[in-house]
Amino acid sequence: MSNATSISNILKNNRWSLDEKIILLREKIRKFFLGSKEDSGFFVKLIVYTLLICIGFVYLYPILYMFITSMMPLEDLLDTSVRWIPSTFYVDNYIEAWKVMRYSKAILDSFYMAGVPTICQVVVCSLVGYGFARYNFRGKRLFMALMIFTFIIPPQIIMMPTYVLYNDLGILGSMKAFVLPAILGQGFKSAIFILIYYRFFSQIPQALFEAAEIDGAGHLGSYFKIAIPAAIPAIIIVAIFSFVWYWNETYLVRLYLIGKEGIGAQTSLTTVLLELRRFEHNYNALYPVTQNVPNRINEAKKMAGTVLSILPLLIMYFLLQKQFVESVDRTGITGE
Amino acid sequence: MKIFNNLAKKNKKVIYSYSRKRQRFGYVFISPWLIGFIVFVMWPLVQSFYFSLNDIRLRPTGRIMTFVGLNNYRDVWLKDMFFIERLLAFLISTMLRTPIIVVFALIIALLINSKIKLKGFFRVVFFFPVVIASGPVMDELVAQGATTIPMMNQALIMNILNTLLPELLVAPIGALFAEIIIILWYSGVQVLIFLASLQKVDPTLYEAAKIDGGSGWECFWKITIPTIKPMILLNTVYTVVSLANSDQNDVIQLIYINMFAATRGYGFASAMAWMYAIVVTIVLLIVFIVLKDKKDKIQAVKMKGGVYK
Repeated sequence: MSNATSISNILKNNRWSLDEKIILLREKIRKFFLGSKEDSGFFVKLIVYTLLICIGFVYLYPILYMFITSMMPLEDLLDTSVRWIPSTFYVDNYIEAWKVMRYSKAILDSFYMAGVPTICQVVVCSLVGYGFARYNFRGKRLFMALMIFTFIIPPQIIMMPTYVLYNDLGILGSMKAFVLPAILGQGFKSAIFILIYYRFFSQIPQALFEAAEIDGAGHLGSYFKIAIPAAIPAIIIVAIFSFVWYWNETYLVRLYLIGKEGIGAQTSLTTVLLELRRFEHNYNALYPVTQNVPNRINEAKKMAGTVLSILPLLIMYFLLQKQFVESVDRTGITGE
Repeated sequence: MKIFNNLAKKNKKVIYSYSRKRQRFGYVFISPWLIGFIVFVMWPLVQSFYFSLNDIRLRPTGRIMTFVGLNNYRDVWLKDMFFIERLLAFLISTMLRTPIIVVFALIIALLINSKIKLKGFFRVVFFFPVVIASGPVMDELVAQGATTIPMMNQALIMNILNTLLPELLVAPIGALFAEIIIILWYSGVQVLIFLASLQKVDPTLYEAAKIDGGSGWECFWKITIPTIKPMILLNTVYTVVSLANSDQNDVIQLIYINMFAATRGYGFASAMAWMYAIVVTIVLLIVFIVLKDKKDKIQAVKMKGGVYK
């Protein structure tokens, strides 16, 4: 019986007896639920989709919670009957959070703080990755092992001497403290990016480079004319990840920009995440609690701040998600 | 004939020396990294070790160093009230979280890799945490209790745990449930790594297995798992490293606090960082020993299908 025959066809067909029809139907139903060799059945599909939807919901739950809570006025927060849908459309939380976080400045600084090191990292890591992938020089294996080593050692060990070094150089509290390591291939998680480029460049057929050399391309020539155009997916993925990780980094940013609160380097630079960390402190400074104004911080305001701090990344992710997913496929982000 | 031979020999020589010279050009390309490695890794490592042997006080005139030998190391273990406690908490939570993260990443990667509708949508959902998971955001969410699975009875679980388990484990496992979503959020990169390796499994292997009568379950254990085994090791290492260096980690916050503490300073904090690094290295070594591939197994798979590159 071919799959194409529908159930009604089986029933209408007069050539078969009732018993034969029942057998055919039973076979058909079994196939639908349990599946055949080529196609998984209804049960398997049900399990797969249930799992997907459940895990998906669990993944998104904090985000939903964040958005909804941030829209709630105080009355809704106190009212236990309001859980998912705020009673009014209320944006005052956002307005307050905007002021508390000095958002318009913080966001520009954040873009600056994440963008400039990212550009350096994209360029330098590609050069280094190309060097490792294309040339067989002495000590290559050792250097690559050292590179993986730099990923594994806890940054806390080298953080203090680096802090002292930056202090002596006088670049604490400025952009240079992040650009300098990025230019020298030691930026945030650089090792991973070098490995991604390395994997990508190794996959380019050697013959292409040889052909370019015969045509008179030099070392830089074949890098720019062959390696780079072929490595667009790798570049996209390195740029996205690097930007996101720089944006999200707070431990080192806090250390190099602020040091100890009050002492250490003073700077006007800030990031939205640093502002979020100081949210409560800043809120109390901006809206002091007096008897006339019993304006208190609440979780809705904090959530509004949190939403504001991830909003640019969310927008970027949804705009770039196609490129992101595709380049993940094509890069094969795996290190060996 | 002879002329040709000579020519070939000469050419070989030319190519050889040319290629030797050419290969040296690699150093030019990696030179930024090399300089960076010396300036930002090697030298700080040496210095950090030197710091840890000194008592460092910050004065307006500069740093004053007094050599104290291994005293700082002794003090980290004996005089710091929090270090051992937080280190233990870190070890237990890493032990509990790492398997969960890796297994979940594998499940999600398998699900996304199977033939499903709306593949793009689900991918966007599952890669989502990679983008927004950062220290302060997670702190806020944990503080709001938005990280536990909705509609789960926390009190009941804690009660059951209290009756079943020794006291040492109750708190971390309870915390596990309270922060389960954050834990899952750590699995973004791991999902990517698994997914990439799953896509490289040769589909003809599965076809061959199906023809021989293998069920999906058998295919999973006999083909999928051996193929991605190196990735399991890689992901476990990545998970341990990222947990150890994460902003949430109490030990690294303690190091930060000590660095600027008036009575402690860089020396003490360096010693603490070194001790912490050694503990993390031991954990990584254990991971390596437990998950290391037996060579013959890889060979067997290689012989079968040449799946490994």
